Order: sequence, then structure tokens, then C-alpha cells
Amino acid sequence: MFRFLIKRLLLASTTLVAISIVTFLLFFAVPSSPAWVMCGRNCSPERIAQVEQSLGLDQPITKQYTDFVQGIFVGRTIDDAGTIRECEAPCLGYSFRSKEPVTDTITRSLPITVSIVGGAMVIFLTVGVGLGMLAALKKGTVFDRVAIGASVGFASTQTYTLGGVLLLVLVYSTGLLPNPHYTPITENPLDWASGMLLPWITLGLINSAMYARLSRAQMIETLQEDFVRTARAKGLSPGVVNRRHALRAAITPIVTIAGVDLGAYLGGVVITESVFSLNGIGREAAQAVTDLNLPIVMATVLLAAFFIVTMNIIVDMLYAVIDPRVRLG
Amino acid sequence: MSNTPAAADSRSPSTEDTAVAVVQPETAAKAFVGRSPGQLAWIRLKRDRTAFASFITVVFFILLAVLAPVISRLYGITATEGFSEKLTYQGLPTGYLGGISGEHWLGLEAGIGRDLFMQLIFGMRTSLIIAFLSATISIVLGVILGIVSGYFGGWVDQTLTWFTDFMLAFPFLVFALAIIPIINTASYDVGEEVPGSFRIAVIIGVFALFGWMTTARLVRGQILSLREREYVEAARAAGAGSGHILFKQLLPNIWAPILVSFSLALPGFIAAEAALSFLNIGVVEPTPDLGRLVYYGRQWLGTPDWAYFLIPATTVFIAVLAFNLLGDSLRDALDPKSSK
Repeated sequence: MFRFLIKRLLLASTTLVAISIVTFLLFFAVPSSPAWVMCGRNCSPERIAQVEQSLGLDQPITKQYTDFVQGIFVGRTIDDAGTIRECEAPCLGYSFRSKEPVTDTITRSLPITVSIVGGAMVIFLTVGVGLGMLAALKKGTVFDRVAIGASVGFASTQTYTLGGVLLLVLVYSTGLLPNPHYTPITENPLDWASGMLLPWITLGLINSAMYARLSRAQMIETLQEDFVRTARAKGLSPGVVNRRHALRAAITPIVTIAGVDLGAYLGGVVITESVFSLNGIGREAAQAVTDLNLPIVMATVLLAAFFIVTMNIIVDMLYAVIDPRVRLG
Repeated sequence: MSNTPAAADSRSPSTEDTAVAVVQPETAAKAFVGRSPGQLAWIRLKRDRTAFASFITVVFFILLAVLAPVISRLYGITATEGFSEKLTYQGLPTGYLGGISGEHWLGLEAGIGRDLFMQLIFGMRTSLIIAFLSATISIVLGVILGIVSGYFGGWVDQTLTWFTDFMLAFPFLVFALAIIPIINTASYDVGEEVPGSFRIAVIIGVFALFGWMTTARLVRGQILSLREREYVEAARAAGAGSGHILFKQLLPNIWAPILVSFSLALPGFIAAEAALSFLNIGVVEPTPDLGRLVYYGRQWLGTPDWAYFLIPATTVFIAVLAFNLLGDSLRDALDPKSSK
């Protein structure tokens, strides 16, 4: 277990370093003038020169990269036109557009993304997996067909379509729900939940469709396995066989996929956040792209990759815990 | 049923190396016809009603896209023509449901005043071109890398597998939407107009770059199991080179899963392209685009003109659904084991 962890961590850090180099090169070496891009259209040549200097763009690219990495681990100072800006330990750069360290933007928007993803996950892990398992047990019945038909439909639905229709019906036409908004859970849990309800339903339902199909297929396959037949032959009640024996085996691959999905979503659920105008990481990144706010773009890409890689490791470890057949070498 | 030709094909056609050998029953009461896996799949596909319906829908969308200029001529309105005189001073189309009338079948775009039906079919054209080219390029890339990695093994395989994992660790949507404007600004000087065709090429390139990994994995797995088969050994013993074995012996045996991944990649790329445009990144004016119509429509969702959002959004939904269903049916037909 320990050796496996070390090996995976090494591999993961190689991947992260490679991704950071690629993104760094793309964003800082490819544009002819990153300073111009970052400063904006109405930027005077003097200001561009200032930005160039404070970003260290006049220095060789390797120095720029090591400065960036140093900023992440020990922090750095950035000289913005004479004003020295302190950028503390996990320093991902300084945004000249928003005039604040990138870390501030991220700490502001990450809780929003986490709130959306957390709630949606609860929905698709209960509704989606539950429906899929039930459909597998009632295979061939009307319930099964309706569940599968609905899941095919929802799986082809775009987040913005479902989100837009829900907004139209529940907010704009009837006023049943308030416009989606973010209130920190520590301030007012009720308001937090009511503001997040629409994104939860939207992301939750669309993913439920995929999870229902997946868990149905998994459960059907498991129910045909020998150990399930053995359990039945022992005279165990169908409930015990389904819950204790089949479900446990069928759920393992689902946990893996849910973990990988969680990693991907934490990096920003761009479309969901955009439909509901919530300033999570994804919308912040999309906005930064439109404004060519490179430090934020770079930081969000890295953060998203970090979540993906980390969740992959966690899933691998978890796999060994819930599935005794897996032995980590 | 145990010895009918259909059951003889119960092995996946992807692992079938020759045409199906028909098991001769003891009593030759019925005449048996030898059928290739392709013919069997075609028979199964023809029996599938969902496949038929989704096929018709897909053909309908493709025809709309291909014939868009002809339809525009017959309809008498071009995609860029403005009808702002038919909008109220708030920019809303006059009439019901976003100004649907005999003249404007799907109404007008709020605020801009162009004909929505024309924007829709020309937008469909853009979406389908991007989706088809991205799917083709990414599948070809995936097949080549998968074959090379599975057949040669060793360090080649290890390197390619690491590279596949590495590419999968990229946050696709965030990265795609970040890289597209960067490439555009880097390739053209400050203030210079980026041509629409170049933007489309960049989108296709980025989609292909991030779309090949699943195909590569799939093909690699297939090749790993196929390369140990006797007929490959026979070819090698006969003195065939790697190129011959790869493309003449192995590739024809994995066309079924490749076809399925192609048909399932299409709706994925249609949706991804629309998602990019929904974020107002990617295809920009004046090139018509489905996702961008949804993006515009979203801004008018709180007004009485919600049809402006609903019409393009539903179109994307139906297109993706039809392509998905067709892909599912195709998979069921080609691989009887996977069917419900």
C-alpha cells in the first residue's frame, strides 16, 4: 500500500509538472505580447512596459517558470509599477485586470463551485444510482423501461437547456424559486440551499441519467455472477442477496467513476455556473478567457488538473479498501 | 435457436476473423445462408425501430445543413438579413412566440432581428462540419496511436500509455476554452481580423487533440488480444511486414468498435461545440452557430420572448439525442452481447 502510494504520488507530480510547463509555455511564450494581452486594449505603451517588467517578462522563460513555481511553494513579491505587492505562499500569480492576487479570486469562487458540485453529487448518487439498481432488479418491467427511456433522454440533454427550462418555469414564469444566488452556508444555511437548488437539480438530473445507465448495467452483470447464485442457493432472502452481496460488488466501479467525475467538476462546472450566473471557478475561468486575463486562466487550468490528478489517486486507494480482490502492488 | 445463423454470431464481431461459419444441423430441413458479420449487423439494424427513427432524424438534420443555401433561396430570406422594423422598441419581435409567422417560420432573433430559421440551419451547418471533422480526425489519431501502442508494446506502449493518461488529466473544457483565444491572438497580429474559417479550424484541432484518448485505449485493448491470434502468426510466418499485419490483418477486424466510437463521438462533439459557443467562445459573428443562438436566447429568457432560447436549445437537444440513439443502435447491432 505504502509503496503503491509513493509510486502514484511520483507519477501524479510528474503529470502536474508537465501540465504546468505546457500551460505556462502556451500562455506566456506563444502570445506575441502577453503584457499587452493582459493589460488590455486601452493600455499605454509605458503601462505595458511596466506590466512586462513586473511580470518578469523581460527575463528568460525558464526564470519566469521557476519564479512561478517558487511563488506556489514559498510566495513571492510582485512589483506593480513601483508598488510592491506581497503574494503569499500558494501564490498563483497576480492579476492586473482584477488588481488582486489570483489566490483571492480562487478562494472567493471555489466555495461556490464546491457547493454546486456537492449538492448535485448527493442527487445523482442517490437518484441516479438508486434508479439504476432498482431498474436492474426489475429488469424488463414497465418501471425499467420508463427509467431507461428517461435516462436516455436526460443523458442527451445539455446543461444549459435543462437549466434554462427550469429557470423559465420555476423562476421567471411562476416565481416558485428565487433566482439562483450564493450565500455562504455559514451565514444562512437555508438561503444557501434555496439559492443552490436549481443548479443542484440541473446538474444532478443530467448526471443521474448517466449513473442510472451505468449502475443498471453493472448490477445486471453482477446478478449473473456465480457468487450471487451461491448466495441464493444458500437460502438467503432475496433482499439480503441483493443488498449485502450484489450491491456491494456492483457499486465499486461506480465509486471509481464518481470520484473521477468529482475531480473533474471541482475544477469548475463552467456551463452550470454560466447558465445560473454564479461566479464559481468555471465561470471565473471563462470570464478570464474572454478578458484574456492570463494569470487567472493559468491558475484555473492548473487547479482543475490538480483536482483531477488528486481524485485519481484517492479513487485508486479507495478501490483497494472497498474491493478486497484488489491488491495494490 | 442454438444452431441458427444468427446465434452462430454470438461471439462479438470485433473478434471475428473470418465470415461466420454456419453450423450445419443434422437435419437439413431449412436451407442455411452464410452471412458475414456485417450482413448480420445490417439485418439486426433494420429490425430496430429506434434506429430507423433516429436515422431519419439524423438524415433530416444533415439535409437541412447541406441544403441550407438552397433552402435559403427558396425561403427568400438570407441568414444575415435584418428585420429590425419588425421588432418593438425593446427589441422584442412583434407577434406571438418570438414572431412566428408564415414569413418567419421560427420567428426573429430578439434584439438583432435576423430570421431564426435561417440562423438555425446555417448554424447547424457549422456545428455538423465541426463535429464530423473533429470526430474523423480524433478517431483516426486514436486508431493509429492505439494500434501502434498495442502492437509494438514495450517502451513504445509505455510512453503512449503515459501520454494518454497525461492528456486525460487536462481539464478539457477549461483548457479548450483557454487555448482557443490564445491560438487566435497568437496567430494574428494585434487588431487584425481573425477569419472565421481559421477559428473553426482551431476548434476542430483542439477537439481532435483532446478527443482521441478513449479510442486509443479501446483500440489498444483490441489489438493486444488480436495480435496473439493464429492468423497473425501465419501472416508473420509468411513473411509479412509490420505494416501489412497492422493495416491488412488487424485493422479490418476492429472496424466495428471503431465505427461505434465514431458514431458516439459525433453527438459528443456537437454538444461540446455548442457548449463552447454558449460561453461565447469559439465561433463568432458573422458565422452562424447553434450554441451561440442558445447563448443569445439565454439573455432574453426573462422576457416574453423565451421562444428565442427554447427553439435553438431544443434543436441541439434533438440532434444530440438522435445521433446518440443511432450510435447506441449501431453498437447493439454490431455487438449482440451488449444489447439489453
